[in-house]
Amino acid sequence: MNQLYDVIIVGGGPAGLSAAYSAWQNGAKKIIVVERDRELGGILQQCIHNGFGLHHFKEELTGPGYAHRCIELIKDKPEIETMVDTMVLDVLDNKTVIAVNPQKGLIKLEGKTVILTMGCRERTRGAIRIPGARPAGVFTAGAAQRMVNMEGFLPGHKIVILGSGDIGLIMARRMSLEGCKVQACLEICPFSNGLTRNIVQCLNDFDIPLYLSHTIVAIHGEKRVTGITVAKVDEKMTPIPGTEFDIECDTVLLSVGLIPENELSNGLNLAMYPLTNGPMVDQHRETSLDGFFAAGNVVHVHDLVDFVSDEAEIAGKYAALKSQGKLSGDMRTVKVAAIDGVRTCVPQKLSLPADMSDEKIKLFMRVGAPHRKVKLQIKSGDNVLLSKPLPVAKPSEMIAVEIPAAKFNLIGDEISVGLVL
Amino acid sequence: MEFIKSADVVVIGGGIVGAAILRELSKYDLKSVLVEKEPDLSLGTTKANSAILHAGFDAPTGSLKAITNVRGNKLYHELEKELDLDIKWTGSLVAATTDEEMATLQELMARGKKNGVEGLQILTAEEVLEQEPNLKTVKGALWAPSAGVCWPFGACIAFAECAVQNGAEVIRDCEVTGFVKENGAIVGVQTNKGTIACKYVVNAAGVFADEIAKLAGDDSFTITARKGEYILFDKTACSSLVYGVVFPTPTKKSKGILVCTTTHGNTFIGPNANEQESKTDKSVTTPGMNEIIASARKLIPNLPMGASITQFAGLRAVSSTGDFIIGPSDVPGFFNAAGMQSPGLTAAPAVGELVAKEIARVAGASEKSDFKAELPKKKAFLRMTESEKAAKIAENNLYGRVICRCETITEGEIVDAINSPVGARTVDGVKRRTRAGMGRCQGGFCGPRVTQILARELGISVTEVLKEHADSYMFYEKNNGGEA
Repeated sequence: MNQLYDVIIVGGGPAGLSAAYSAWQNGAKKIIVVERDRELGGILQQCIHNGFGLHHFKEELTGPGYAHRCIELIKDKPEIETMVDTMVLDVLDNKTVIAVNPQKGLIKLEGKTVILTMGCRERTRGAIRIPGARPAGVFTAGAAQRMVNMEGFLPGHKIVILGSGDIGLIMARRMSLEGCKVQACLEICPFSNGLTRNIVQCLNDFDIPLYLSHTIVAIHGEKRVTGITVAKVDEKMTPIPGTEFDIECDTVLLSVGLIPENELSNGLNLAMYPLTNGPMVDQHRETSLDGFFAAGNVVHVHDLVDFVSDEAEIAGKYAALKSQGKLSGDMRTVKVAAIDGVRTCVPQKLSLPADMSDEKIKLFMRVGAPHRKVKLQIKSGDNVLLSKPLPVAKPSEMIAVEIPAAKFNLIGDEISVGLVL
Repeated sequence: MEFIKSADVVVIGGGIVGAAILRELSKYDLKSVLVEKEPDLSLGTTKANSAILHAGFDAPTGSLKAITNVRGNKLYHELEKELDLDIKWTGSLVAATTDEEMATLQELMARGKKNGVEGLQILTAEEVLEQEPNLKTVKGALWAPSAGVCWPFGACIAFAECAVQNGAEVIRDCEVTGFVKENGAIVGVQTNKGTIACKYVVNAAGVFADEIAKLAGDDSFTITARKGEYILFDKTACSSLVYGVVFPTPTKKSKGILVCTTTHGNTFIGPNANEQESKTDKSVTTPGMNEIIASARKLIPNLPMGASITQFAGLRAVSSTGDFIIGPSDVPGFFNAAGMQSPGLTAAPAVGELVAKEIARVAGASEKSDFKAELPKKKAFLRMTESEKAAKIAENNLYGRVICRCETITEGEIVDAINSPVGARTVDGVKRRTRAGMGRCQGGFCGPRVTQILARELGISVTEVLKEHADSYMFYEKNNGGEA
């Protein structure tokens, strides 16, 4: 039973599936994907809208369509095993993965490498401390989405959505299509955190008002939600007294941010990066612990699944190489600093081997505030490694760039990633 | 008069006090029935309180509060094993930050000794820091080793289930609407489900106890609802807060806003104390949260507010007499267990003892020889060893499916909680029995799945499953033709 896996992948969403495929392409001979849900595909399976895959598959797909593509790529490959309905309880630093499954009981898997692809979860009412009563009818948008799209039930009929992130916007449209009345979408920031196309297609097209710089100051109702009180907020996001008004509703859907799900990473004491709430990784997506890789939303929350797949393929490739002893242990560490308007950049460091011929340095970053007509510049000392004009840069849209191989020889002890206004 | 049921004793109210009384009554040859208006037990003060088993130095010497507190604390030490209760005997600290407060600690210690509290001791700042390294502003503290923290809903349900295994009955969704009297004495309790014939009634109706008493003809007291708000933190925040129970030095009004870590490792701050007219409004307010944050910062300046996972409020029943109201009233057959604010949770088993003994005495009932004191042991999956986990899944494969990811609660535990003698009927009922939904995602992932498991196990539709109260539906059928 205790065979040694080349790569154990924790999580069978788009990151885990893409990592598995890439590990297989790169020569791993024994790969397993462990998934806690009843099927592979992760959250994509409940995202029945379109707009997925334009970058990665060069084609517009629905969420389940995208998941299907990923599953097709790994199925019928004797080197790749999958195990659903299986919850990983613990990952030990000797790369033993302990899981439970109703049929197989308590399982112990041993691996040469582990890739963490657990995804993320939604921030809740409690995390943002919304005052008021605690009736039924307050859901995270994703939980409601699963109920509507996969289980066939409605969370309510008269809806207010807090947060104009993409999940909130998509749910505004989804609930409208289900015949519900979406009363309003509220956003505490002075700008939306969703993709522009979603603002247009999910709110404007359905005449749903978007209240920027507004938030909920009280939820009412003892049994079900009966309404909410809303107030305008100042530049510090504090409600302004006297601006309160009530909206009648029976349901509040929260789309107030996502948090990488890192219980297992914390159990391993991986070095974490506070601004992303995910493990620190190098350009191979290897964490601070040798042989442990991480990719996708567990590292940092993405807005496009396409980038999740791109990143997971990197993790899959280098985990496969590592399991075959092909990833050199002798490397030079280069710090990656996010500066001047760039809030976060993954990877946070580079591990550069002497022979750079097999290297690819792909960076994913987010800006801290919206900008127009800026330039993204990656430098090492005075050397410019990459300079890219950005017509628009928004916190909600992740930027992905690759450092050209021709510039690798210019990389010193540190590189910086910043905006030039 | 038609009766749907006949009993010796009807206990009104399924909180910790009612449940503890029912359990004590079930030791006697008496037919006892508990009626609760909500779909589950423990939905009043028992649901939202500090969960502390107080040592007993707060209340005035000789008061019912002091007597039942000290006795109740002792009883919990015995009940812990019998009923498999979740209790951490952490001891408690009353922290002083000024010389004036240090003087108050001496008063508290003297009173505690008179009340019969054992082991009280004044600690120096250094000794406090050894226990609680984050209490950097503290000058000293009163240490009470007999205090602890418990799982209050678990205790309430355990009391009720122990009573049920000894022949008592629990009826939920059963609201008292009036009483039937003959010659001034109680002979029946009218409810929304019909009238129950009985000889004795125990009023353990929490904040509504004055209204129930009035219905019975006893208007000797009133109850005011005093709201207390709380903020609960993720387990990861514990190390930057406290490991045990830390009170500030008390004022006349309350024991103050404390910092305390629960039996499962979540630290909370609270409660404040605001009297209000409504006996149902448990909303959390911004001023209230600001008040408890500001107050807790006096003990722990760097509160990890980003790690807060939920906020809630409870209502305490403050009686017009200033003390607990326990025992017979002027209405023959009508007994009170009212005004059960703090230390009501600690006192509950002692209150149960007092009330049950008195009723048994007047009823001439004798103790049963076959009282079953022990409940079957239930070990949480998370707390099992690897081999215990493997064995449990082999015995029941639903233990191999984790439903609540944050707290690692399995489908097996949820199904067992639904099918136990006083089983869960609601999503929050499952939460209080198993912890599913009590973690950092607050039921985001598991809430819908728990709803589906409840529907399956209870043989009802998903759209009939309640979150908590009557009509608090979780989900609805899709509209016809809604598919776009």
